Amino acid sequence: MLEIVGVEDVAALFADVPSALRERAGLDLAPGLSEIEVRRQLETLASRNTAATQHCFMGAGAYPHFIPAVVDQILQRAEFYSAYTPYQPEVSQGTLQAIFEFQTLVAMLLGMEVANASMYDGASATAEAVLMALRMRNKRPRVLLSRGLHPQYRETIRTYATGAGSFELVEIPFDSSGRTDLAWLKNHLDDQVAAVVLGYPNFFGVIEDLGAAAELAHANDSVVISATTEAAALGLLKPPGQQGVDIAVAEGQSLGIPMSYGGPGVGLFATRNELVRMMPGRLVGEAYDGAGRRGYVLTLATREQHIRREKATSNICTNQGLMALALTVHVSLLGKNGIRRLAVANTTAAHDVAHRLAGKGWIAPFSAPFFNEVVLRRDDAAAKWQAARAKGILAGIALERWYPDLRDCLLLCVTEVHSAAAIDALTEELA
Amino acid sequence: MSDPTQKQAGLLLDEPLIFERSRPGRAGVSYPNSDKDPELILPAELLREPIAGFPEVSEPEVLRHFLRLSQWNYGTATTFYPLGSCTMKYNPVVNEVVARLDGFAGLHPLSPDDGAQGALEVILAVERILAEITGMDAVSLQPAAGAQGELTGMKMIRAYHVDRGDARRKVLIPASAHGTNPASAALCGYGTVQIEGNRIGLIEVDAVRRAMNREVAALMITNPNTLGLFEREIMQVAAVVHEQGGLVYLDGANLNALMGVAKPAHMGADVMQINLHKTFSTPHGGGGPGSGPVAVDALLEPYLPTPRVRRDANGLHWSSDFPKSIGRVRSFFGNFGMHVRALAYMLALGGDGLTQATQMAVLSANYIRRRLEGAYHLAFPATCMHECVFSDKGFEANGIKTLDIAKRLLDFGFYAPTIYFPLVVPGALMIEPTETESKETLDQFIAAMLEIAREAREEPDTLHQAPTHTPVGRLDEARAARRPVLRWQPVSPT
Repeated sequence: MLEIVGVEDVAALFADVPSALRERAGLDLAPGLSEIEVRRQLETLASRNTAATQHCFMGAGAYPHFIPAVVDQILQRAEFYSAYTPYQPEVSQGTLQAIFEFQTLVAMLLGMEVANASMYDGASATAEAVLMALRMRNKRPRVLLSRGLHPQYRETIRTYATGAGSFELVEIPFDSSGRTDLAWLKNHLDDQVAAVVLGYPNFFGVIEDLGAAAELAHANDSVVISATTEAAALGLLKPPGQQGVDIAVAEGQSLGIPMSYGGPGVGLFATRNELVRMMPGRLVGEAYDGAGRRGYVLTLATREQHIRREKATSNICTNQGLMALALTVHVSLLGKNGIRRLAVANTTAAHDVAHRLAGKGWIAPFSAPFFNEVVLRRDDAAAKWQAARAKGILAGIALERWYPDLRDCLLLCVTEVHSAAAIDALTEELA
Repeated sequence: MSDPTQKQAGLLLDEPLIFERSRPGRAGVSYPNSDKDPELILPAELLREPIAGFPEVSEPEVLRHFLRLSQWNYGTATTFYPLGSCTMKYNPVVNEVVARLDGFAGLHPLSPDDGAQGALEVILAVERILAEITGMDAVSLQPAAGAQGELTGMKMIRAYHVDRGDARRKVLIPASAHGTNPASAALCGYGTVQIEGNRIGLIEVDAVRRAMNREVAALMITNPNTLGLFEREIMQVAAVVHEQGGLVYLDGANLNALMGVAKPAHMGADVMQINLHKTFSTPHGGGGPGSGPVAVDALLEPYLPTPRVRRDANGLHWSSDFPKSIGRVRSFFGNFGMHVRALAYMLALGGDGLTQATQMAVLSANYIRRRLEGAYHLAFPATCMHECVFSDKGFEANGIKTLDIAKRLLDFGFYAPTIYFPLVVPGALMIEPTETESKETLDQFIAAMLEIAREAREEPDTLHQAPTHTPVGRLDEARAARRPVLRWQPVSPT
């Protein structure tokens, strides 16, 4: 090969690189390892994550759920995972058809007309939704964020918004039910408010009255955005689209993706047909070839960065392809009845735990209905959490780090993965 | 549904949409304790009806459906994938195994730090190796993809200038840049100024000097550039930007050409993103998940996203105590599963192996360049780095365009190069072979390209009709965009 290239050695290929750079470029890294050594090292590191083998009753944006074996079998198909963004549709129909199915499932789950091919995660999807709303209402400089929206989602919106234009983010308080304070909202809606963002269910697991919030916001011509961190809830709860939401986003990790220390997950993004050209992200659409055979292609790319450059709706290039596939496979397995039954199993288990702990001195500070996460308070919550930890139970998350006003409160999450024995152990340790 | 009789032979099986496989009452999975009446738990007005149109399919049918779809894909595991600028190298299978270890995959992101020491060590190790390769002072793994890494880097540049009371309004971007560069800059409120390359495709220091002033926050530059050429004046260019108080953003998409050869920090870069799914072998996943860590010099370190990993007497922990940080760009800590895979790759190759990867990638690209330059028009005849750019120039007489060449390659069992990019080369064909292909594979690809060049001259219709050996032929993308059908609809909504 060197001979054909016409150089004496490999170093000659780098003649265009200034020697001042080449001389200092050596890598002070350990020599390479064999596969068995790599595995040993990583197995050792994995084993030091002792929390991974404990009973996890934590949610707050990442949820422990069962994943049927078929899902990972498909994900390990190298034809899927080693492909790139489907630029050549004739040899990418597998990826494209799966994304088309994903878009359909996501639109149905959220009760919206149209969904994109996915975003990085729920938090960045929410931030992109806010930017889209600001494009839709470009004369209005204010966005109202519910304090019940996931704290990390609010932080992400803040980062995305900084420098992207001159507008302000204002937080809406929650009331004693744990829901967004709609009376406050009503008083703060004016012709400056571009959008209102609520969690659904919110960070406390509480099921917001999206319909009422949307009615108020729409009377003011503001855009309504809902963000769902626990997508399993959508199998049972009235979807955002049926409650007047304009842009519905979600984190899809719950439906087929391991927690994996918080990533990768998959961001879901859906809206109404009339807004599709303002939407960020990739889209797959149906197409036909010369022989009339049906296929799928990336479409409406004129919104995107590689065509529009600085005028694009977003800088996003890819989607979260393989994770979108995981969700598609899992939801296909669940189907019409299974998705509902999964949600029922979750809310049943969470209510059971809440009920049992209520009999043991734990107080629910919020009165509104919840899905599979619940806030419970007791003066010795921190001590109880530590005692449970010592028994191999991660008994939820203390809320004080995000909400100083919610002292001694734990946010507990119960799902279908928790066996009756694990739930017994949890309620005993917290007694 | 397409005509089922057309594809019922052998492996050419048709596969309907999952919704079209649905029959009432079927399910692929069941759960215990899921048969309660939800109205006994939650108010009826909060609940939805069963979702109309949701599929009802048995487990074996779901498996078969997605297995068949997988067979309609080219991937690096099946096919040489010379997609320029995407670094489609082999994805080692062991990476997939280690990322699925219970200790990683089963770890909740809000686990107490003392129960997640292994994960924190993974993140710190990847940060350190990336700092060594790039010469940078600090790294954050939080960005979810290359484009998000770019956005993060530009947010940091903005925060730096604002912090100094010197908010600037413009960013310089070469004409050959990826479209994400101007899009990322615009998302940070910057206007963009395009810098043209010289006649051999390179950015000259004089062009930058003319455009540079105190309004300019940064230069975003890709090195090697998207023509596969090393920017020889990069150090002088960076100095000009720095003299006027600007910063240099280096697009790290092409880092596969630099490992052990040149460190971006020494070129004068202040910040860059690194695409783990390109250089560090994590799979592209049909378009994600990627991972786009951002590396910075000491000047920008205070602005890195939070939280960051820190070590104290008790071990590693997360800290958000960085008052100048731009904040977070997503939930939790990034695409951790990709960090595990990248670490496995880095450990397997080591310093020598990574350097050799770069050398072999550059050798392969130059080998293809030399073997094809008589048959195809080479955009800029010079020694290239990890990729080379040809075009369809010279085939006009027979009406052959880049798209025809790309589609014909699919018939030969190869994925197509990146086409019509970079925009500065009309009809571009951008070929990046990577280091993981054997000479025999490169020779097969070259033979196919030479045969296609012959066909282009002697039987152009073969190219115009290509591809013919694929599950579908060329799809009418214009019509798809005019009347978009973006989802399946239930036939009769209930």
